[in-house]
Amino acid sequence: MDFDPRSDYPLGSRRPELVTTPAGTPLEQLTLTALRDGRIDPAELRTTSETLRRQAAIARAAGRAELADNLERAAELVAVPDDVILDVYTALRPRRSTASELDELAERLESRYGAGLVAAFVREAAAVYAGRGLLKVTRAEAF
Amino acid sequence: MLVTPHPPLGLVSMNGPDDPEPDLVVEGGRIVAMDGRREDEFDAIDRFVVRYGLDLDAAREAASISDAEIARRLVDVDVPRADLVRLSRGLTPARLALIVAMLEPVELMFALRKLRARRRPANQAHVTNLKENPALLAADAAEAALRGFAEVETTVGVARYAPLNAIAVLVGSQTGRPGVMTQCAVEERRNLQLAMLGLVTYAETLSVYGTESAFVDGDDTPWSKTLLASAYASRGVKVRLTSGGGSEALMGHAEGKSMLYLEARCVAVARAAGSQGVQNGSISCVALPLSLPGGTREILAENVLAAWLDLEVAAGNDAIASHSAIRKTAKLMGQFLPGTDFVTSGYSVMPRHDNTFGGGNYDADDLDEWLTIQRDWQVDGGIEPAGEETVLRARERAARAVQVVFEAFGFPPITDAEVEAATTGYDSADLPDRDRAADVAAADRVLAERVSGADVARALADDGFFDVAEAVFAMQRQRVSGDYLQTSAVIEPDGEVRSAVSDPNRYGGPGTGWVLDGERWERLQALPHVLDPRSLASPATDRSSLLVEIHDAEPGSRPDEVVIAVGPAFGDWLRQTINDLLHETVLGALVEGVRKGGASPRLVRVRRSSDVAFIGHDGALLAGSGVAVGLQSKGTAIIHRSDLQPLDNLELFGMSPLYTVDSYRAIGRNAAGYALGRSVGPVPTALDNFARAKLIVRTTVMHALETDAIVPDAPAVEVELARLT
Repeated sequence: MDFDPRSDYPLGSRRPELVTTPAGTPLEQLTLTALRDGRIDPAELRTTSETLRRQAAIARAAGRAELADNLERAAELVAVPDDVILDVYTALRPRRSTASELDELAERLESRYGAGLVAAFVREAAAVYAGRGLLKVTRAEAF
Repeated sequence: MLVTPHPPLGLVSMNGPDDPEPDLVVEGGRIVAMDGRREDEFDAIDRFVVRYGLDLDAAREAASISDAEIARRLVDVDVPRADLVRLSRGLTPARLALIVAMLEPVELMFALRKLRARRRPANQAHVTNLKENPALLAADAAEAALRGFAEVETTVGVARYAPLNAIAVLVGSQTGRPGVMTQCAVEERRNLQLAMLGLVTYAETLSVYGTESAFVDGDDTPWSKTLLASAYASRGVKVRLTSGGGSEALMGHAEGKSMLYLEARCVAVARAAGSQGVQNGSISCVALPLSLPGGTREILAENVLAAWLDLEVAAGNDAIASHSAIRKTAKLMGQFLPGTDFVTSGYSVMPRHDNTFGGGNYDADDLDEWLTIQRDWQVDGGIEPAGEETVLRARERAARAVQVVFEAFGFPPITDAEVEAATTGYDSADLPDRDRAADVAAADRVLAERVSGADVARALADDGFFDVAEAVFAMQRQRVSGDYLQTSAVIEPDGEVRSAVSDPNRYGGPGTGWVLDGERWERLQALPHVLDPRSLASPATDRSSLLVEIHDAEPGSRPDEVVIAVGPAFGDWLRQTINDLLHETVLGALVEGVRKGGASPRLVRVRRSSDVAFIGHDGALLAGSGVAVGLQSKGTAIIHRSDLQPLDNLELFGMSPLYTVDSYRAIGRNAAGYALGRSVGPVPTALDNFARAKLIVRTTVMHALETDAIVPDAPAVEVELARLT
């Protein structure tokens, strides 16, 4: 049965067969017993890009384009490890990164993790920050 | 403290003199000017809103409609929410603020009723304590969950405690009711770490600000905050952003703008960022708008703005708004009556003394009143009554559950003494102290060893707490399906997600949207302290009458005769006054008083009326002196005289709850005085303004019994005290 974003919500109750962990374990096999038997790695208890893109479609069908875009970015970030995500967030905070550092970051997000939307988002931030004094000022630039 | 507006510091609630005129200039499909700034003057917030927050088609449509017309549509019951949401994408922050400022309080409340994203309102609790005692956190979280709060927020006194506090409220909440979402408000990066481990299941304190300078002081930009929200979503965790009027002024960065205008910029950023919702409505800064004229109105307007932009709204009412209970509850009604997705963003379910947010606008001691106000209005304020036994059981269970978790991970033990104290204690002063240094070391281990929510579930199951384990694990599963990432999501006990997608608010007039009736209304009415009125005064059917009826009463001739006339149920179906004085005692006091006053008492029962004036006057017509005391079963008394109009009197004693045996003796003595023609000083009367509020129900039930005992048109009868055999 095709996925219909207008009616297949909540996924967990209406279309559970479409939901898996990154390792491919179906939602219905995620039980406490399976966890206790060691068949589930706690680190696997998270969503997949596929699921997030479906949730994005559901949001878009409900008239929430911006939320859908957020979830599309999130779908790209699934593949990005925890520590890298925390570093990306930190890098985007005021005066944490130079223009070239943000550029490298965008490059890495795109080439290593396929996160094209997030990369574009980072590049856009860099351009805005440059105009608003929100980049890190190097010693050379300061003087 | 109240102050006059001072716009240069941002101390103006709305329509500030330096707020920009709304405008939007589009050239060649690009926005080249907005709200008084050209694009080369745009700050980071402008750039973000222009890039992500405005739809040019909607803008074109909005440009052709006047502000007044849009304001009308907000309160037009026939304009659907969806139309207003679509239109909002064509409105700049200055225009949003201007339009919503045109609505006065009732209009704002009506708009909020229409615009709320989720059909059914809910509520959020704060659970913290000064000692950061995990057993008490768990017990309070369980009670919050049991009382119907859909979310529990904790925080830290000491930053490094975060993982332990998170675990305690996670375990406690799931013990009270599966599906309750939990968060731990800490620094952004640390917060995200906890979410990645599944130790918190949502986050809220992702703050946004209305000026670039305030944003930078908050160490973020619209871009970093947006990325952060997407980061949480990538781990399947729900978030909302936080903003609130007065924050920019407090930080010294209001740039001379009004609170409402700056908040409009915040919610525009929040929607542009793709957040599903916001916590707004001034939040911690609430006393700042409330110091200004129109402050309460401004705060409600903030909530309306957010709902209009199709965001979930967790609506403040958490920080102490005022010392005045009257003022702060007047403010609360703006969100309470229409309902918001979360009527408070932090009801302090424990005493406010233990609220480490420094908040506690409403706390443990106010729960009964909040519930009663829901019942008074027939309005769903998001919480439910819970009986004492049920609460104690859940509290104890939660404390035991977190005790086994601490043991399983080798954390500093939670003692049985702590469990007991957490179960029945009032606040953290009742809890023994813990070794804080050891707790901090354990908290650090949680992060270092990546202890997860799943690990917690396993530990609970290993020790027999299967239902709590299932619930904690079920919350981890929610992060796999992502259903609760949609707007305004709450989670039912069976794991079903209810959000604006599956439970949309489509209010379109009376009887639509969320209506409090049926089973839910039955539940919210049935407070533990509600009584059956029949229990207040039941007819005494198991005892024989105090008085024996002899024969019909005839007018007397002795000039010193004072009649004591009692009501139809006196000494019969009713046996004591509303002040719990036995009828025989009251009669005895009256008789003694009459005698001491030198007159001769005669007892009569009036059967045709329950009204004290008619009882007294009928008695006076029978009395040889023309003077009588009339006495209702509830204790109300009157001294009457035959030549007066029935509803007139010599003295009236209506405050029956206040009368003692001495009062009735004095009444008897005065009646004798009137009968014998002496000059009489009236019995001093006291007044209790609260008597009616306290006793009107009991009065009603007692008087109904007296009235039921009426025999229409029956003559009065001579009575005497029945002899005890």
